[in-house]
Amino acid sequence: MSETKKPICVIIGASHGGVNCATALRKEGWEGDILLFDADPVLPYHRPPLSKAYLTSNDGIDKNVLKSAESYQKEDITLNLGVKVVAIHAKEQTITLEDGTQQNYDQLVLATGARPVIPPIEGLATAQNAFPLRTAAHVASIKKGINASATKRVVVIGGGYIGLETAASLKRLGAEVVVLERESRILARVTAPEMSSFFHELHHQNGVEVLTGKNVSAIENNDASNVVVCTDGSRYPADMIIVGVGILVNKELAEQAGIKIENGIVVNEKAQTSEANIYAIGDCTYHFNPHYNRFIRLESVQNAVDQSKIAAAAICGGASVYDTIPWFWSDQYDVKLQMVGLSQGYTEVVVRKEDKPNSFSVWYFNEDTLLSVDAVNNAKAYVLGTKAIKQKIKIDKWKLFDSTSILKLDTIVAD
Amino acid sequence: MAKITFITSDDETITLEGTSGSVMALAVDNGIKGIDGDCGGVCSCATCHVHVLPEHVSKTGTASEIETDMLELDDDADEFSRLCCQLEITEALDGVVLRVAK
Repeated sequence: MSETKKPICVIIGASHGGVNCATALRKEGWEGDILLFDADPVLPYHRPPLSKAYLTSNDGIDKNVLKSAESYQKEDITLNLGVKVVAIHAKEQTITLEDGTQQNYDQLVLATGARPVIPPIEGLATAQNAFPLRTAAHVASIKKGINASATKRVVVIGGGYIGLETAASLKRLGAEVVVLERESRILARVTAPEMSSFFHELHHQNGVEVLTGKNVSAIENNDASNVVVCTDGSRYPADMIIVGVGILVNKELAEQAGIKIENGIVVNEKAQTSEANIYAIGDCTYHFNPHYNRFIRLESVQNAVDQSKIAAAAICGGASVYDTIPWFWSDQYDVKLQMVGLSQGYTEVVVRKEDKPNSFSVWYFNEDTLLSVDAVNNAKAYVLGTKAIKQKIKIDKWKLFDSTSILKLDTIVAD
Repeated sequence: MAKITFITSDDETITLEGTSGSVMALAVDNGIKGIDGDCGGVCSCATCHVHVLPEHVSKTGTASEIETDMLELDDDADEFSRLCCQLEITEALDGVVLRVAK
C-alpha cells in the first residue's frame, strides 16, 4: 500500500494575515498540512485593540485572541509559536528555523508584517520604560510600568494614530501625557488639516498636551526617569516614553531569498511574489490597487485579511484577484473614526457637519473624483463614502456641504 | 449557557453552545462560513451580518444606530439584520436562529 504525501503550506507570521490565510486555505479545500510560524509566543491576537480598549481594560490577552487554541486543532492548523524563521531557501523549498531545523514546503506564505521604527535618538536605547507599541508584550510592559509609577508622566514621541490612541488610553489610566510631534500638525501624513485640528482639540479637551514642531534630539537618563530634550531646548520629564514614529517592513527573509522587493515585498494581483510558489500578504507587501491605479503598501487589518483570502484561493487554484477599497478605523476617547479610501493626491476637501456634537465627515476629492472619506462618529458617512467610491458615483459638493439636508446617497449625488 | 443556531448560505444548519463573549466570536471560533469579524467586534467592518429569524427578534433586540448605519454597507440588509459582534451571549439568546447573510 502506498501513501501519497500530503502537500505542506508554510505560513511565516501568525497575525491577522497569517491566521486568516490558514483558515481561508481550509475553506478553499486545502487538504495538506498547514504550518504557522511566529516569533511571538502568544496565541495570535487582535492587534488594533492593543493601543485602544485592550490597553485600558484588565482583560488578559486570552480575551483578545483571533481564535481559540481549540479552533486551530479543529481545523488541523499547526501553530509554531515563539519560533523564529531565519532563512528561506526558495530553490530547495525549505525554511531554516532559529535552532537550525529545516522545514520543507510546497507553498510558502510570507505574512511577516512590520516592526516599529526606533529612531537613533541619543539616550533612547538606555532610557527607562521606553516602549514602542506593536505586540502584546509591549502592552504588558506599558501597563506594568504605568501601574508601578507614582507620577505617571508619559511622553509620546510621534502624533500618528498609534501615538494618539496610546495617549488617549494612558490618560484614561491616570497618566499625565505629552505628545511630541515633529511636523507642524498631528496626523499630517494621513489626513487633512481639518482632521488634525479636530484631534488636536479633542486631546486638549481631555487633558493631553499635544505639541507640534517638536524634534526630539536626546533622552537624558536619570535613575528612575528620563528627560526628553527637543532641538528647541524644551525639556519634558518622562517616567515612560512611548515611541510611535512609524514602521519598517519585515522584508529581510524575502530579500535574502532573492524575492523582488521595492517599498515592501512585491506581489501581483494574486498576492504572489516573484517566486511562483511564494506568496506575501499584509503590511509587508507592495501591491497594486486597481481602483487607485498604483502600487501601494498598507498597514491595516483589512489589507491583511483580504490578501490572505486571495493568496489562499490562488494556492488552491482559484482565480480571485485583489481589488478592494482600503478601510481603517481609530478609537480615541469616545470618538470613533472610520476611514475609507486613500486621500493621497487630493485637491479639495469638503467638510460635512451633522446636527450631533462631534459628528462630521471629511470628503477628499481629486477634482470631481471622490478619493476617500474620514468619518467622525458618523458611520452613515463612512457607509455612503464606501458606496460612492466603489461605484465611482459623482458627488455634488455643495449638496454634500449643505448639512440642512439629510445625509443620503440620493441627496448628495450630482445631477 | 445558550444554544445558538446558524444557517449558512449553503443551507447548512449548525447549532453551537456559548456561555459568554459575542456571537461573532463564537461563530469565528467554529468556522461558521460567512462570518469573518475582521475588526474584532468593534462594529467597524460589517463582516458578521446575520438575519435574525423574525419570531426571535425578542431574544436579540434590534440594532443600535451605528449598527443600522453599518448594515447599510450590505444591500441585503433588512429589519431583522444584526451585526452579531454586537450580540452578547446570555441566557436570553438561548434557542435563537440566525441566518448568515450572503
